[in-house]
Amino acid sequence: MSGATRDTAVRIVLLYPELLGTYGDGGNAIILAQRLRWRGIDAEVISVGADDAVPTSGDVYVLGGGEDGPQVEACRQLAAQGVLTRAVAGGSVVFAVCAGMQLIGTEFPGPDGAPVAGLGLVDCATVRTGEKRAVGELLTTTDTGFDIGELTGFENHAGRTRLGPDARPLGVVEAGVGNGSVGVNADGIRTEGVVAGDGAKVVGTYLHGPALARNPRLADLLLGWVVGELPPLGVEHRQVDEEAGLLRDERLAAVRAGNLDGVLHRTWKDRLLGRN
Amino acid sequence: MSPDGPGASPDRADPPPPPIRPVARAVLGMASAISRLSRRTGFGSGSVIGGQFAVLVHRRLLSQLTAGRNVALVSGTNGKTTTNHYLARALGTRGPVATNADGANMDAGMVVALGAAPDATNATLECDELWLPEVLRQVGEAVVVLLNLSRDQLDRTQEVRAIASLWRDALATCPTRAVVANADDPLVVWAAGGALEGPGARSITWVGTGSWWTLDATGCPACGGRIRFGPPQGWSCPSCGFARPSCDLWLDGDTLCTASDETIALPLALPGRANQANAAMATAAAARFGIGTQSAVTALAGVDDIAGRYRTETVDGQQVRLLLAKNPAGWQEALEMVDSSDAPAVVSINARIADGRDPSWLWDVPFERLAGRFVVASGERRHDLAVRLGYAGVDHACASSLSEAVAVVQRHSGRHRDTVIDVIGNYTAVQDHIGEVDR
Repeated sequence: MSGATRDTAVRIVLLYPELLGTYGDGGNAIILAQRLRWRGIDAEVISVGADDAVPTSGDVYVLGGGEDGPQVEACRQLAAQGVLTRAVAGGSVVFAVCAGMQLIGTEFPGPDGAPVAGLGLVDCATVRTGEKRAVGELLTTTDTGFDIGELTGFENHAGRTRLGPDARPLGVVEAGVGNGSVGVNADGIRTEGVVAGDGAKVVGTYLHGPALARNPRLADLLLGWVVGELPPLGVEHRQVDEEAGLLRDERLAAVRAGNLDGVLHRTWKDRLLGRN
Repeated sequence: MSPDGPGASPDRADPPPPPIRPVARAVLGMASAISRLSRRTGFGSGSVIGGQFAVLVHRRLLSQLTAGRNVALVSGTNGKTTTNHYLARALGTRGPVATNADGANMDAGMVVALGAAPDATNATLECDELWLPEVLRQVGEAVVVLLNLSRDQLDRTQEVRAIASLWRDALATCPTRAVVANADDPLVVWAAGGALEGPGARSITWVGTGSWWTLDATGCPACGGRIRFGPPQGWSCPSCGFARPSCDLWLDGDTLCTASDETIALPLALPGRANQANAAMATAAAARFGIGTQSAVTALAGVDDIAGRYRTETVDGQQVRLLLAKNPAGWQEALEMVDSSDAPAVVSINARIADGRDPSWLWDVPFERLAGRFVVASGERRHDLAVRLGYAGVDHACASSLSEAVAVVQRHSGRHRDTVIDVIGNYTAVQDHIGEVDR
């Protein structure tokens, strides 16, 4: 189906921003909607508050990162409603970040560290390994046949994610932690994120930034799954991708210079003074 | 609200603090020599490095320097420096005040400020959120002023809730003199509640500040349920009954009201609702030092420059006003301050350690409110800002410094002789701009 011939707006459902909105990932929903509108395709963002009914007719469901307690609460509500599971079976797209990715897997650690059952939309399990929290720039090359280039973002998570046989990674870690020690695959490759391997349109990642601000080609990949081939952005809207290109160049250069934690630009004087 | 704090009688002069002990005096002398040397060699601005030396060699220095003084500790995510300035002005009506006005808000900055004012019986110290428990342990009895808690530097602090827990535990174990807390922030109310279990005065002054950032407090800190906000001026948890306490002092528009039926206008020189909230908190804290509401308001209303912020300066012939906004709650307040104008604006972001290294939070800021105005994105992370402004539909360009930003504004829309261009930036971005202005 071509975007131009849709007669209804693409429905982008942002799930529980007050529970899963700690790290700015709500931006992903704005970005998806704008990139459609700028191509002449109607889009609406439906923000679903906790305790509200999740719409059954969403084209894309967006989940973000959040704190441990709210993550369990979000998972409990989604499991009780069952809407997301049916939507995925019906071909809807799910894009989930950090705590959101963990809760759509088969299990994740609760606030006390004990495992909590996830929604099982994708074959991955998140555990605590006792390793220190992964905080810093994260850079991956994609290994999924999607041709979307490097993925750049910022990770901030304690859990480590093991991929099951029915899942593929979204990327291969060039710098940062990603899925971590338990996410190293049989070939010894360090993985990041998850893509459902059974044809379901489900993608998870640890990338904040938000992910789709820094990686517009990933945004267009997800949108292509909804509306088919995407027309190019109008000339008047190309500034944003040029600027995203500058942002990517800057971040990739910083990471490849070893500036994973953003402190390399401090001079020796700053370091001695404990100044930033 | 009973002015039952130290020096409750406004007529009696505060007794002088005990003299600084010889060892402490020697350490402070060396610290100030180090700071002077550091300044003279152009190594740094100096005050912090001397203080760092002092607390390193004398572990009980902060505790000794605060003994015998009436101390207020001001902490929270936003408004620390302004509230501290306000409170220092109010305390100044009673005599000399020791205060870390420059915002050096860890132990090193505090000892330097205290050492510099040996005759001040009253001290008000701005305190970093994460440092508050340690400082409380060292200072002992203090008037603790808790402003607000919201997401800020999440790469360093991870969870806002964890800070509330640290505060609550500290207040439950340290002997405080009084707690002055923002009743409109559920996380603060829960943290302040620790004092009721603690060895302190068990006395909390609740201030209704009308805070409106609620996104970090939707989960009930007491039971994990969901807090309901509203009707206006209220919140409660239906699961456990945890609710907004009734206030001793509150804001009603531009007016400060007290439970003893005073209503006092707040003619502040600083703009915005956030500064009215800061003034209300400072006034309530001043009452714990025996200073009447009207005297406190009169003293603090004229403050118009907070360590270089809010000041109007001229850059290349263009008037600019620098505003600080460090996190989504702060940006929401700052955007509201500049809402009435349609002049071009400059927004500026760094992501150094002091700012938090992940600027994803830019997407929690309603930059859509700037639509219709020309905006220049500046700072080291201007490309993050540019992308954000692009998706917000805001006409914008980039510049790498304040003077370049001013040049871009003037190229775009001519010289704005009679307009002040607002420059909003986060912590180190504003510091850089202040440095540029002062150069």
